[in-house]
This record gives sequence, C-alpha cells and structure tokens, in this order.
Amino acid sequence: MKPGSLAKNPSVLTFLLVLAVFTLGVTVLSDAYGSGLISTSMVKTLGKTLCLCLIAIAMDLIWGYTGILSLGHFAFFGLGGYMVGMWLMFARTRDIVLSSAGGALPMTPQELSDAIATQIFGVVGTSELPAVWAFAGSLPAQLALVVLVPGILAFVFGWLAFHSRVTGVYLSILTQAMTLALSLYLFQNDSGLRGNNGLSGLQNIPGLEAAGQDALSVWFLWASALALALGYMLASFIVSGKFGSVIRGIRDDEARVRFLGYSVESYKLFVFTLTAVIAAIAGALYYPQAGIINPAEMAPIASIYLAVWVAIGGRGRLYGAVVGAAFVSLVSTWFTGGRVPDLNLGFYTIKWVDWWSVLLGLSFVLVTLFAPKGLAGLVDLAQGLRSPRRGGTPLGPDDGALQEREAVE
Amino acid sequence: MNHLLEVSGISVSFDGFRAINNLSFSIGTAELRAIIGPNGAGKTTFMDIVTGKTRPDEGRVIWGEKSTNLLKLNEAKIARAGIGRKFQRPTVFEDQSVAENLMMALKANRAPWKVLFWRPAPADHARVAALAEQVGLGDSLERKSGELSHGQKQWLEIGMLLAQEPRLLLVDEPAAGMTLAEREQTTALLVDLARSRAVVVVEHDMDFVRRLGCKVTVLHEGSVLAEGSLDHVTSNPKVIEVYLGR
Repeated sequence: MKPGSLAKNPSVLTFLLVLAVFTLGVTVLSDAYGSGLISTSMVKTLGKTLCLCLIAIAMDLIWGYTGILSLGHFAFFGLGGYMVGMWLMFARTRDIVLSSAGGALPMTPQELSDAIATQIFGVVGTSELPAVWAFAGSLPAQLALVVLVPGILAFVFGWLAFHSRVTGVYLSILTQAMTLALSLYLFQNDSGLRGNNGLSGLQNIPGLEAAGQDALSVWFLWASALALALGYMLASFIVSGKFGSVIRGIRDDEARVRFLGYSVESYKLFVFTLTAVIAAIAGALYYPQAGIINPAEMAPIASIYLAVWVAIGGRGRLYGAVVGAAFVSLVSTWFTGGRVPDLNLGFYTIKWVDWWSVLLGLSFVLVTLFAPKGLAGLVDLAQGLRSPRRGGTPLGPDDGALQEREAVE
Repeated sequence: MNHLLEVSGISVSFDGFRAINNLSFSIGTAELRAIIGPNGAGKTTFMDIVTGKTRPDEGRVIWGEKSTNLLKLNEAKIARAGIGRKFQRPTVFEDQSVAENLMMALKANRAPWKVLFWRPAPADHARVAALAEQVGLGDSLERKSGELSHGQKQWLEIGMLLAQEPRLLLVDEPAAGMTLAEREQTTALLVDLARSRAVVVVEHDMDFVRRLGCKVTVLHEGSVLAEGSLDHVTSNPKVIEVYLGR
C-alpha cells in the first residue's frame, strides 16, 4: 500500500492504532505475559472476536459495498475452520498413537494410518481414513486448502449465480440454500468429517504442547489481530480507488455500470471469491481458539447474524463492520452467558438468556428503520457531518431546483 | 458504403406484442440523426437492442469496420466497443462525487484486476477537470452528484458519456427537463460532437429536432415510416396522419 492512499484514509491509521493498543493491552493483562487480570478464556474470547471482526469486513465488502446480501459467508468461515481442524486433529492423533505404540518394531505407514483413522472415526463407526483427509498429515497442504476449498467453491457458485444474472433477494436465498445444503451434508456421518460430532480438541496445537494454553491464547490473539489489520488494509485499498467506485456503482445501479463498459459479473465474482477467502482465513484462526467445530456452526442462522452485526455497526464503511461485530458479539456473549441480572416486571421475569435474541432482533429492526448508518453513524454525528436530505423528484428543471421533500420542510 | 452501425431486419415481440417489426437502420461514422415517433413506436426498444439490453427475435446488428455482430456481445462489451448511451432519466451514481463519476467513465481498461491497481495519473485528473468544465460542473467536482439539480445531473451524464469517448452516442430525450438556454447549449454540443462521431438522438420535441438540422427517421409501430430531412418527413401524409396530426 502506498503512503499516498494511507494519508487519504486517516481512518485506517486510527484503526491500526486502536487495534495495536488493544492487542498490547490484552497482552500485558494476560495470564501468560502480564498481570493475569484477563483470564485465558477471556483472551480466547477476545481473539475469537477479532476473527469475527475480520469476517465482518468481508461481509461489508460484499454487502455494504457491492450490494450482494450473501447469507453464505459463514459457510466459508466454517470450511476454513474444518480445513485447519483436519490437520490439527490428524497431527495430534498421530502424536498420541506414536507415543502409545510400545511395540518392538516401528509401525508401518499403513498401520499408523489405520490407527489414526480408528482414533478419529471410531465415533462415527468407521476406521478408514476418508479420501478428503488425504492431505491432513501436511500442515502446508491443509493451509493451502484453507484458501483453495472455499475459494473454488465461491468461484464456481458465484460464476453460476452471477452469470445467470440472479440478483437481490433471490441471490440471498440461493446463498442461504448453499449454506444449508453444506451444513446438512456435513451433518451426515459418511461425509468424512465426523458428522455432527465435528472436529474437536483443536485448541491443542501439535508441536506446541509445551507452551500451555495461556501462552497459546495470546499468540492466537496476536495472529488474529495481524490478520484483521492486514484484512482491513486490503479492504480499504480495494474500496479506496476506482475499483471501489465501480463496486459501489454496482450496488446502486448495476445496469448503468454495465453501460459504462464494466463487466458487472466479473466484479461481483471477484469480490465474492475474495471475501470468501477472507472469511475462510478468519475461520481458520477462529476454530483453534474455539477448540471445536461442528456443522451447526455453519447453519444459515450464523450468516444471518453476520448480516445483523454489519447492519448494526453500519454497512458501507469498514470500521462500522468491525465495531458492529465486536460490539454485538461481545454483548451477545455477555447476555447469553447468564451474567446479566434478570428483569423482574412483577407479572413476568425476563431472563436475558432467552430474551436476548428478541432484543437483538428488535435492535436490528430499529437500526434498519431509524439509523441505517448504524453505530458508525455516531461518528458522523460527532464530526458534524450530515448528508443532505434530498428526496423525491425535482420540482423544476432549473439549477438548484428544490426537491419535493425540501420544499415541504 | 461507410456505415458505422447497420441494423437490418430486426424484430422483437414482448408477450405477443411486436415492439419492433422488421426494422432496418444505418448510420455513418460521423453523422447526426434524430429519431422521432409516437409513444410505443419502438424508439427505446431500438436503443435497448443496439446496446445489448434486449435480444431481438430475428435480424442482424453489424458494427464497425470489422463488421462485428453486436448480437453476440453483452452490454459491457458493446459499451467497450464504443457505443455510449444516455438515458432518459439522468442516471448518475448519486452516492459518489462528480469527480468519481467522471473518473469511472473515463476511457481505460475495464478489467477488474487492472482497475484494482489503477490510480489516476495527473493527465486523468486534468481530463476530468476539463470534462467537468465543459459540462458546467467545474466548481462542483467534489460535490456528491446526488446533491446536483436535475439539469446538472443531465449534464454530468453527458460528461460521463464524453469521458467514455464512444464512437456512437445514443441519446434518449436529452432536452427533457432542461431550460431554453440549456437546450441551446445541448444542441450546440450534439452538433459539435457529430463532427467526429455518430450521434443518434431520440426526441419528442419538434423544435429541438429542427434546431439539430439533421436527417430524421420516423418510427411507427416498430418500423421506419419515413426518412429524410425534417421538412421532407413532416410533409409526408403518412407521418402527418400517425404522428403530427394528433
């Protein structure tokens, strides 16, 4: 990124500074490297939140900027998690099998593979390693698959959808159908990814057993913060130039963009695939911190929550997405964690664990209706910026003709 | 025969209604042409076909020296081939500034990868400023185009069209919603543009067409009713009956 574009986007520098201060703050308060004021599980929650902020940036690019309401990005997030989870589970099981094998002769590769498969797939009643685990023994290969599998899926799906000119709510339904189909497929025991058991024990990183969870959690926080910083810079690079103009043009009037000579389908496909890859990377960092992944994580509701975060934060600007994801997911953790005191209305007691989704849904509706700019709109308010209210058709052909609404006011 | 665009024998129907019926039309490389006709004569459908928005049921649309078949190209490729279109209602990107609108329209590589790394050179900024000046928006470069008046949006769209540097301009009712002074300015601009490229103007306003002083094609029920100078076509009894007589 050139310094010129950084200077034009002071919000990028502000964001990076806030992120650096946050990461440093958490580090000096963590169990492993500081005072221990923040528990290891809290560090993990914060690290996971950073990953959610990263996927929110992806969602903002595809929805807030390009105008495609994708309800499938959590599928890519989950796939990224599965890809890295396969290596984590395979490598750790291999270590366990090797250390417990006390025979005089070393195991043959076939014996080793069978022993690992029995360990991993005993729970779904098979002892054969499915074909999709072919590369699970190699970390570089699985890391490449983190990018490739969701990237290729998004490319093929996007190519079919965009070239058939499916738009608007139909496209949203299509992405949701894809997500549902994928999660239903993974729920099956013979899908090769342990069905509804999912992959577990992902918090134990093979080769780093000595480090301990308290240090690991901080390392993952750093990695997540780095990924978020790079993702934010990449996204702001994309939206700052003419490319940003074109995708916002597609959002507002895609036929007009076509008549300017831009191939709208290629742009949509580019953004869709790129954001799928960003989502997958976020997922690959998230699940080792969560420790477990199962197909329920990829259910369509997760992607809908993602849209809610971005809407509440303020779509169409990157920091809005980050603020929305961080704020809503942390508040959600707080409410659903049962730490919010119940509200006694006399005739009925509101238990927030049950009522949180109602509150979230209500705030989503209220934000959509009354504050379409979301939380990020507060920044505008603080800066005294207000977009002019011009609505309706013009009253006359002259320069500066009043719009209908202005004339009424 | 030096035709830039040659449309021959196209027909299209929507739900049984024949919007275009065996229409043939051609225009030279530097020519100004006005198309008139009553509502439903197929003027807009004709533009839709040339720009690739609508596919005709039959017929051919041939473009340029290489005789490219436009029916095989999509809208974006047709636009890149050099056909620019100005819509009836001004359609500019209201959320973006005048400069951004013009910059997007500026002739350059349109491939996503190229656009991603494209950054405006000083020459591009100068071109945008010159275009804005030409359409009377020189001091509004940083304004959001949504703030502009209706007439200014029309001008911005014309500026965007010029930025594309098309070889054929299709202009749908440019005078709609313009003041008398602006109409004269538009006339002068269109006449000037037609010196170096082909310009097709669809217009209802007879006075405006008269000022253009060019060949006129009259459409009726999807096919050409008459063609020639304005005086020639307006004295045609068939034209008087279907159009002017009302």
